Amino acid sequence: MRLRLSTGPHLHATETTRSLMQDVLIALLPAAVAGIYLFGERAAVLLAVSVASAVLAEAAWQRLAGQPLQVRDLSAAVTGLLLGLNLPSSAPWWLAVVGSVFAIVVVKQLFGGIGHNFLNPALAARAVLLTSWPARMTTFFLPERLVEIGGASAAQFGDAVTSATPLAKGGTAIMDLLLGNVPGSIGEVCKVAILLGFAYLLVRGTIGFHIPVLFVGTVALMTWLLGGDPLVAVLSGGVLFGAVFMATDYTTNPMLARGQCVFAVGCGVIVTLIRQYGGYPEGVTYAILLMNVLTPLLDKWMKRRVYGEVKQHA
Amino acid sequence: MPKANKPSLRGVFLNGVFNENPTFRLVLGVCPTLASTTAALNGVGMGLAATFVLVGSNVVISLLRKFIPDKVRIPAFVVVICTFVTIVQMLMQAFLPPLYDALGIFIPLIVVNCIILARAEAFACKNGVLASGMDGLGMGLGFTLALTLIGSVRELIGSGSLFGMNLLGAAYEPMLLLVLAPGAFITFGLILGGINAITARSQKKKAAKGGASA
Repeated sequence: MRLRLSTGPHLHATETTRSLMQDVLIALLPAAVAGIYLFGERAAVLLAVSVASAVLAEAAWQRLAGQPLQVRDLSAAVTGLLLGLNLPSSAPWWLAVVGSVFAIVVVKQLFGGIGHNFLNPALAARAVLLTSWPARMTTFFLPERLVEIGGASAAQFGDAVTSATPLAKGGTAIMDLLLGNVPGSIGEVCKVAILLGFAYLLVRGTIGFHIPVLFVGTVALMTWLLGGDPLVAVLSGGVLFGAVFMATDYTTNPMLARGQCVFAVGCGVIVTLIRQYGGYPEGVTYAILLMNVLTPLLDKWMKRRVYGEVKQHA
Repeated sequence: MPKANKPSLRGVFLNGVFNENPTFRLVLGVCPTLASTTAALNGVGMGLAATFVLVGSNVVISLLRKFIPDKVRIPAFVVVICTFVTIVQMLMQAFLPPLYDALGIFIPLIVVNCIILARAEAFACKNGVLASGMDGLGMGLGFTLALTLIGSVRELIGSGSLFGMNLLGAAYEPMLLLVLAPGAFITFGLILGGINAITARSQKKKAAKGGASA
């Protein structure tokens, strides 16, 4: 008889990285489908290119570095899909390839692979693309098809094919914002689809509700305090997408719930400050990246005291 | 000054260029490395200016090494270095105004370039004039080589050209990030990592060979 020795606790969790990533992919599906419906086959091609290049980049890196192949854990696919959903539908295919390769090789693998990156790979890649090709990244096409429910229309956009950014314009109907009848990045425009994904993640227990809710709540509150319309602020741009799918990345937000709350509020504050006073019309990318960088400090600050440990007086 | 194993002049020179390359091995002078490598030519200019100062200050400090009291050696070194930096700055302003404008504040800042003070402290004040001059030349050229390499990569990807010549054609859309500050850190880090990986691999091979023959 063979005795198996291991240290406790002996609880078995059925979750694996693959199952978690699978849940995230399923949650992203509504946003992806809505994006493809709204922006047509261009969007489908971009999403496919970005997922494929992320997976290939990870496989190629692990092969070259002599590491075990881990692409089957689907984390590279999630990064690729997130990046693709963050691109405007006008983007050329090579933008998706450069972004995916940067996200996987530089941001993720060079810092030690899954679980060791200090920035959200997809967001860091988006920031790189935005800095490198600003015009490419801010040319938003009007959706090819519109979702028409309850009299929503996009007539107010006229014939404009490109628009600086949805946030630069005021007076957009709430219904259009909810359904995605606005120019924007592929995945961020249809809020209903994002909320559907959020509900799925909550039901599956993949993420907690506090980061997205506090993030979005802070944006609403701050905007209201500064004299803006909180509902429009929350429903336009990438706040909802960022709060649900980017800020909740396990690796790059604090470990404890109270740290995560500070993280989420910080994201919301920075987003609003950038929108109201900054040079960029949208600040979700930089807000989350800045809080990613602060995460190790938050963890240190909020460290749980071990039972019986004497408080140190410096 | 008899020494047990006095390094040859050639050894001193090559040491500065490769084994103890100030940028990629000692990781000194990172500030000018990051700031002046937006284009290959700027890198060459900064490298050569620093080389001139390094050789000059190493030679003069080596000459004066017996006269400078130990307690005030750092201020004395700085005065010597400042002299050469002022000469470089004036020469550049007179004869190479475009490069002078491109490098800007980083020319007078050569005074506080830690490579130069480090060589004065670690080498010139302990060694002869010839060896000190050679050390300055080796270190300076090593620095120049490194800056040119980083500058070339950043210019090629960030503006699609090399030494001002357009290489990648009009269809290439330059990756602006590379000529901005973050691009400097990323390029420097990637090249540094690459060189470390190559060295580690070759050392492992050497160790394996040595183990097999022993």
